[in-house]
Formats: sequence, structure tokens, C-alpha cells
Amino acid sequence: MAHTAKQKDYFPYLLLVPATLVMVSIVAYPLFETFRLSFTNTSMSPNYEYVGLANYEKIMSRRFPEVIARTFYWMGLSVALKMLIGTLGAVLLNAMVPGRALFRILVMPPWVIPIAIGVFIWGWMYNGQFGMLSGIAQRIGILSGPFEFLAYKNSAFMATIVTDVWIGVPMVTLYLLAAMQSISRDLYEAAWVDGASRFYRFRRITLPLIFPSIATMALLSAIATFNSFDIIWILTEGGPRGATTTMIIDTYKTAISRFKYGEGAARTVMIVLFLGSFTFIYFVLLSRLAKRSPNNAA
Amino acid sequence: MLHKYRWYEYVLIYFGVAVFLTFVLAPFVEAFVVSLRPLSGLFSIPYKFITDEMSFEAYFSMWKNVPLLWRYMLNSFFIATVVTALGLLCIIPAAYAFARFEFPARNSLLGIFIAVNMFSGAVLIIPLFKLMQQYGLLNTYFAMIAPGTAFVIPTGIWLLRSYLVRIPKELEEAAWVDGAGKIYTLVRVIIPVALPGIVVVTITAFITAYAQQFIYALTFNSVNELNPLPVGLFQFFGRQSVVWNELMAASLVGILPVLFVYVFLQRYIVAGLTAGAVKE
Repeated sequence: MAHTAKQKDYFPYLLLVPATLVMVSIVAYPLFETFRLSFTNTSMSPNYEYVGLANYEKIMSRRFPEVIARTFYWMGLSVALKMLIGTLGAVLLNAMVPGRALFRILVMPPWVIPIAIGVFIWGWMYNGQFGMLSGIAQRIGILSGPFEFLAYKNSAFMATIVTDVWIGVPMVTLYLLAAMQSISRDLYEAAWVDGASRFYRFRRITLPLIFPSIATMALLSAIATFNSFDIIWILTEGGPRGATTTMIIDTYKTAISRFKYGEGAARTVMIVLFLGSFTFIYFVLLSRLAKRSPNNAA
Repeated sequence: MLHKYRWYEYVLIYFGVAVFLTFVLAPFVEAFVVSLRPLSGLFSIPYKFITDEMSFEAYFSMWKNVPLLWRYMLNSFFIATVVTALGLLCIIPAAYAFARFEFPARNSLLGIFIAVNMFSGAVLIIPLFKLMQQYGLLNTYFAMIAPGTAFVIPTGIWLLRSYLVRIPKELEEAAWVDGAGKIYTLVRVIIPVALPGIVVVTITAFITAYAQQFIYALTFNSVNELNPLPVGLFQFFGRQSVVWNELMAASLVGILPVLFVYVFLQRYIVAGLTAGAVKE
């Protein structure tokens, strides 16, 4: 289009102006500010001074490495469970049985409702005196008395993970289901004609072909889990005695509850470094997958 | 036949589906049952799943005991709607640029937009708090709308771009030949044709915005009248004696709008939220 050649120079950039403005003011500039504030002792008062690396030294010498380790443990366990249950769920929903359309609709609610509201419900279920889980466990004899799930370190840790898995499983399930349905039927029919069993077809056709989707989903899920705030904050606020304090929760407590913005900013920089490396891995993975099969332009 | 199952396979599949759906749906069933039970029945030992005097009383008394409940719901709806509208204003032109035009650094720019998705509001809470404090924006709707908008844009661009690249180029070239301006072409030719894709993006953005209001409202807002539903109810959740039946009733009424949207538009939602699994 010859007569549009002149306009071509600036028009696409013009189209990007609104999105870029929002991104710069809400994401890029605040990120830069975080970086800058992490070298200051800024707090409630408007005056602050630069303190060099003091904030970083402080967090390194204190319980912070423990918080990092806990964050990865929490994330690892949660993502592993999500992927396991999600894959099993996708296999089940992929089965050609009557009612499957309805089952697919029924999987989704935990995902579409506000996270906080789902967590309120779990908060009730974890209630020791009157909650459903403690009650059922007593009925069938696993527990001899009321058990307050959120009051003990290990059970609170597991309880927050179970709730996180509950919220994350629908997305993993439907994503992997979509991946399974994009596999050509011809492959299965050819294998079936050759007498391959159902399990063999799953292991040799389904699994290898959805593996890229599993890897992508695991990474996306890890990033979302790493960022998780609502679930832990509502259920335990990071307690009891720090047992559910992940990096995000720790940062929020330091900065917003204790007003130590400088120290909180240094923690945020650490989070950004981790998230940055996840993102890097994600893009490497995507380009690898795209190279392996040229049609996979995901 | 390929998809013919033996009887024990049917049993296995339905059993598996039943266990799976129980895990997913049991909390909702429990929440509904709790909302029907009187408090005295809830606080009984040993645990009972149902009580004798079940009623919808909590659904009426909650409006009195949570006086701002209707405000919370309207706020949630309002915030999500504005986030979606502002999001679309950014998403549509940006997605069009990435789908249709060649310009230097296009792919790296797109990559940067997508990378924003990897961060959450929780990461940016400190500088945003300081900035909003500085400009006097705390305790306003704006404080809850702006960060939400930023985080619906990357997914929206990604979704809509993959829809727009499939629209034949001849369409807008014909419009240009007829002398239509580029913005006119976008508004009058591209947007109408891309409407199904825009619907998917709109629903996805709305659900995201409705679901993720908690941390912004918790941090940036302390005026109760402006609180969205999750934070409004959180105040009751944290109390010594929680009025559980009313909390559950209010929660269920609060999620009705999204469930309603979901039931009617679930095809679009699944398409939107799982995009990327099925290759373009």
C-alpha cells in the first residue's frame, strides 16, 4: 500500500500509546522506584537517606534464607499437586462418556470466583471446633478430638497448600484438556487399529504430545503460586509462628504492616530477581518448543 | 470402536470423576448448607452436616448485620467494570498493532508486555503505596482500579492479537483503498469483525478484575464505603465470633454475578483462559 507508507512510521506506535502509558506508570516506574527505595531507610516520614546495601545485609543475616527456602517448598509442593491432580482430571474429563460436557462446566467455579471468597469457605472448613474437615475426621475416627488446622505449623502449611491447589487445579485441568483435544484423532485410530491398548495409547501418544503443555503450565503455575498472597493472608497471615510466611507475605508484613518500606523494597528486589529468572526460563522454553515443531506458535 | 469402554472402565471413570468433582465442589456445597443452618446448629458438637431447622434466614438477616453489603457488591462490580473498560481501551489498539504492523522491536515489545504477566500486584505494592500516598490517591476508587487495569492488559493483548492475525488483511486494505483513515478502519472495519474475540477478552478481563481485588483494596483503601466485597467481608471473617451462616450467604450471593456470567458464557471463558494450549 504505497499511499500508507508514510503513515506506517508512527501509526503502530500511536496504537501502543495507551497500553504503554499504563505499563510505564503502574509497572515500570514503580519497579524502578522499588529498586531505588531498596537502598534507602525510607519509612513513614517523608524524609529518608541512602543507606547503601544495609537493607540487603540485614535481610541476608536474618531469617530471610529460611523464608526463601519455605517459599520454594510451598511452591514446589503446591505446583506438583496441581499438576498431578490437574493431569488426572484432564484425562478423566477427556474420556468419551455421557455427561462429560456437564463435568467440564462443573470443574471451573473455584477458578472464576474471587479468590478471597473461596478462601473464606476453606477458613470455615478448617475451623477446629465446628469445621467440616475436623468433624468428618472425627466421625470416621482419624481424629479423636477437635483439631484446629490453622493453629499448628505443619497443618497450617498443608492447609494453605490444599486451598491453593483447589484454586489452581481447574485451570491446569482445562488447559491440559484443551491440549489433549487438539491431538489428532487419526493418531489414536491408527494405534487402535494396530491393537495398542488404551494405556499404551496414553503413554505413547497423549503424554508425549501434551508434554510441552504440561511444562508450560507447570512454569506458569509456579509463577502464580510464587505470587500467591490472598490465600495465606486470609487463612493465617503467615502464621502460626511464621510457618506459612512466604517471600510475598514476608515483604507485605515488613513494608505495609511495619512500615519499613526500605527493607520491604529490598525484599521485593529479591522477589523480582526470582520472578525474572522464571520468566527467562519460560521464554527459553517457549522458543525451544517453537523450534521443535514449527506449528507450535504458542 | 475406539471409544467403547468396558463396564469396569465406565465404573472407574465415573468413580474418578466423582472423587475429582467432590474435591472441586464440596466447599460450595458446604458453604450453601452452612448458609441455611442457624448459628446454634453450626456451633454444635459433635459435627453435623445438616441441622433440623434449615432456613434462608441468613440471606435476609445479613443485609441488616452487614449494613454495607450492597455497597461492597456494587463496588466490586463497579471496579471490575471500569478495569475492563480501561483495559479494552489499551488492549484493542495494542493488539491491533502487534497483529498487523511491522515495526522495529515488535517482538521484543510484545515479549515485554507478556513478561508483565509474571509479576503480580503484590510485587508492586510498596512503590504503588508510596506513590499513591504522595499524590493523595489512597482511599479512592482509582487506587483499586489502576493496578487492576495494568494486570489485565498483557493477557488481553495476547488473546486478541492471536484472534486478529486470523482476520484477512484484504479487509482493511479494501477500506484504505476506499480512502478510509487508519483509525476509522480500526473502529469501523476491524472491531466489528473481531467482535467475538473482543467478547472473549472482555469476559476474561472482567472475571480477572472481579477475582483479584483483594490486595489492592486491603492496602490502598481504608474507607469502608469504597471496599469491594472480598475486603468488606474480610472484616467479618477476622472477628472472634464469626457469624458463619451470614458470611457464607453473603459470599455465595457475591459470587452469583460471576457464576451467572460463567454459566452462560463458559464456552468463551474456557477459550479465553486456556488459549495457548491449542496451537494457533
